[in-house]
Amino acid sequence: MCATCGCSDPAGTRITQVTADTAAAPHLHDHGHGNGHGAGQAGTADEDTGETRTVLLEQQVLARNDRLAGANREWLGTRGVLAVNLMSSPGSGKTTLLERTIRELAGRPPVSVVEGDQESLIDAQRVRGTGCAAVQINTGAGCHLDAGMLGSALRELDPPPRSVVLIENVGNLVCPALFDLGEAHRVVIMSVTEGADKPLKYPHMFAAADLVLLNKVDLLPHLDFDPGFFESSVRRANPRAEVLRVSATGGEGIGIWCEWLRDRVTAGPGERGPARRDSGAADGVAR
Amino acid sequence: MHEMAVTQSIVDAVCERLDGARVRVLALEIGTLSGVVPDAVRFCFDLAAEGTPLAGARLEIAEPPGLARCRVCEAEFRLDDLIALCPCGSADVGIISGRELRIRSMEVL
Ligand SMILES: Nc1nc2c(ncn2[C@@H]2O[C@H](COP(=O)(O)OP(=O)(O)O)[C@@H](O)[C@H]2O)c(=O)[nH]1
Ligand SMILES: [Mg+2]
Ligand SMILES: [Zn+2]
Repeated sequence: MCATCGCSDPAGTRITQVTADTAAAPHLHDHGHGNGHGAGQAGTADEDTGETRTVLLEQQVLARNDRLAGANREWLGTRGVLAVNLMSSPGSGKTTLLERTIRELAGRPPVSVVEGDQESLIDAQRVRGTGCAAVQINTGAGCHLDAGMLGSALRELDPPPRSVVLIENVGNLVCPALFDLGEAHRVVIMSVTEGADKPLKYPHMFAAADLVLLNKVDLLPHLDFDPGFFESSVRRANPRAEVLRVSATGGEGIGIWCEWLRDRVTAGPGERGPARRDSGAADGVAR
Repeated sequence: MHEMAVTQSIVDAVCERLDGARVRVLALEIGTLSGVVPDAVRFCFDLAAEGTPLAGARLEIAEPPGLARCRVCEAEFRLDDLIALCPCGSADVGIISGRELRIRSMEVL
């Protein structure tokens, strides 16, 4: 928890560039408690009269995050860098899939990675093992990445033009769904050991996905998991999402997934608009 | 729990709009399909507001219900979760309310 205000979110976020021979001293970034955390401002003269007035604010709660996400999207867009936000519960195979994907893409296009975890440099070091650049974001008690964290990580990473940045979000099927990072696409990974009903139980996460990867399909023969039911559950939460069956360890579907990425780097960045979360009047889709 | 981050965003955004005033009441709108739980925001608010001009403020949270309109039969219907299916069987459905996550107004002293 943050010593200043007790908030559990940006508290002590650390961003570490993991290099080939990391003895990696964590590199501290300010967590931006600039606003309103100072000593309480003194009351005004009105206090004496006890008169209150109503001030209309009418603003989005996540306006600041959305502004930073917009800035990231623009930064990525001008460089022609494709950012993909990978989200799943812990253990569904995000890091394994990243390692496999980097090897399979073999530098065409170049890949760099932003790793999000509450603690440790383990995943960034695993990814560094493939030879690709990786920055670790440690969120402390925070349960998701936000646009400010990604912005700092991108500046640290400095990805080359026409490359891919793969972002491994903090393992969690709930919170990351709410925070636009400025990514071009959102990919949700779920493994066959998690149960085919998860899209119905965590619809927010699946509703925000452009692509759903069903991982560990090599284990299907040992499990009572109905991929058809899973796919129909995904469609109920999100009629537009594509579903692709993969095995990060066995290799099934990895070629198609890599093509999916390649197509989108060449198609150009920034297809995805800001996340929609108002009433969504005219174009609000059940997604 | 993302409600702590959400509540912190609310407090930060409101503090930016204050010039020495203190907040008595803060009005929010948190739709039932927004993915944010109002009770969790209430729980986090005191902690997030501590030491700021919002300390001790009362939260008034409106919770607009989910409403959707079918693109096939044009019916409007109530939606209790994001699994949107029109009674006519169509899943081609647009959400028209329930995703609000807004700071509406404040009463300042
Ligand atoms: N059988 C099988 N195991 C996998 C597969 N992908 C990942 N795993 C295993 O699942 C565990 C968690 O993987 P990891 O990549 O750390 O998951 P993360 O927490 O989502 O990053 C590890 O033991 C992996 O070896 C797969 O496709 N098949
Ligand atoms: Mg991992
Ligand atoms: Zn209908």
